[in-house]
Amino acid sequence: MLAGLIRRFRDFDLAEDALQDAFTRALEHWPAEGLPRAPAAWLTAVAQRRALDLLRRRRTGPLYTEAPPDMAAPEDTESEPDAADLSGVADDRLRLLFTCCHPAIGQAAQMALALRTLCGLSTREIARAFLEPEATTAQRLVRVKKKIADAGIPYEVPAREALPERLGTVLGVVYLVFNEGYATTEHDGFLRPDLSAEAIRLARLVAELIPGEPEALGLLALMLLHDARREARVGTDGALIPLEEQDRARWHAGAIAEGLRVLDAALAMRRRGPYQLQAAIAALHAQAARAGDTDWAQIAALYRGLLCEQPGAVVELNAAVACAMAEGPERGLAWIDRLAGRDVLTGYHLLPAARADLLRRLGRRSEAAEAYAAALDLVRSRAERLYLERRLAECKGSHDEASRAAER
Amino acid sequence: MHYMILIYGNEKGFATLAADPAAQRAIYAAYNEYGSAMRTAGVLRGGAELKPTHSATTVRVQNGKTLTTDGPFAETREQLGGYYLIDVPDLDQAVQWAARCPAAQGGSIEIRPLGAAAAA
Repeated sequence: MLAGLIRRFRDFDLAEDALQDAFTRALEHWPAEGLPRAPAAWLTAVAQRRALDLLRRRRTGPLYTEAPPDMAAPEDTESEPDAADLSGVADDRLRLLFTCCHPAIGQAAQMALALRTLCGLSTREIARAFLEPEATTAQRLVRVKKKIADAGIPYEVPAREALPERLGTVLGVVYLVFNEGYATTEHDGFLRPDLSAEAIRLARLVAELIPGEPEALGLLALMLLHDARREARVGTDGALIPLEEQDRARWHAGAIAEGLRVLDAALAMRRRGPYQLQAAIAALHAQAARAGDTDWAQIAALYRGLLCEQPGAVVELNAAVACAMAEGPERGLAWIDRLAGRDVLTGYHLLPAARADLLRRLGRRSEAAEAYAAALDLVRSRAERLYLERRLAECKGSHDEASRAAER
Repeated sequence: MHYMILIYGNEKGFATLAADPAAQRAIYAAYNEYGSAMRTAGVLRGGAELKPTHSATTVRVQNGKTLTTDGPFAETREQLGGYYLIDVPDLDQAVQWAARCPAAQGGSIEIRPLGAAAAA
């Protein structure tokens, strides 16, 4: 409904105000008069009339000396509303999605606007989700709406030739929203809206509105498969539990089954891409009944494929870890040390954490302890810190025992 | 909507081109082609190359007195070197035109929509 109003009036605030008023009217009328035949159409019609009303008032107001362009009021809105008014709703939401995720808008604003207009979160909920003051979010939303209006960002599905690139931006925003939710699950999340669930909703919407795009399905599958492990990722003490120590019975079987189905549908289209590759990696983890059953050779091959499609140091670090699991810790360690030598991941805690893990597997405990300490200097999330501290204590403990044994 | 396409680039780099007539001819040919594409599409409303910033004069009026200083308003790594004024339906089309500008390779193009107030 909101999407349709925004397309029609090209004004986010006007559309929101008008819809709000329509809901208020509904609360006044419906209890007394009963539910209308088509409640959604009723609301849309009332909101449209309200928006026109607000516009007319603005036009006669002192601030507007000339009529805003392209706002000519279609007069057919006075006719009896019926369900036909709601046709084209999907198109409106699709237009809105591309507008919210326009590359001329900053990332934080893209996410906030998508959550506000497509997921229906309130400004307060968005602020809470991003752990920022409500005033900051409100200001961000005001600024982005102004930018859209002033810069002439269109309410349109991009032309065919621009679609792959623009779809990439849309998927990127959805994945950012998901990661924002996923990375912060350990935060005392009471009252915190579930961004991962919102991202999955958005991805479903994208996949539904733009059928035949394997990467849209790939992203949906990836998020479902990751989200399935959510409850098993953090222990009762709040510490992160690494994949191999997770209680796999706590993985969400329904989400895994759906993720695998969606991934199969994507792969059947035979146009592979980074999200599908990452989903395939997540699927291999999901399909292993025990950590020891994980098909690391296949995962390492998929990471190499991902590295070709999406070169980057973080992907390379993951590829190195997979290589270590498939071919032995020494090979992975050598790769990580080459990566560290290029100074591309300085400040990234997972580089020393991955090194520490491999050194621990090799039994080189004092070196592992040093690397865990280096990772602890950089880590920010509480769950990861607790996990690293546990590992550091283990390494130090056994190291001390070993040196005491040597002294004896 | 009217958009200004503001062309920013390193004018020192452009100046060294003056020593290479062939390269300079190629650049002007690219700009000619770009301008005529915009004219053919019916979107071009104006545009010009600007002389380098050493020719700039900055003016302020303080207490009724006009103060002029030599040089641009701000020293920046890339300088405003020219502009086009175009009339297209939305930002996406403005971006498409900006991307076709020869200076987009290596330099930066800033797109700014025109405000409501215009000189008569």
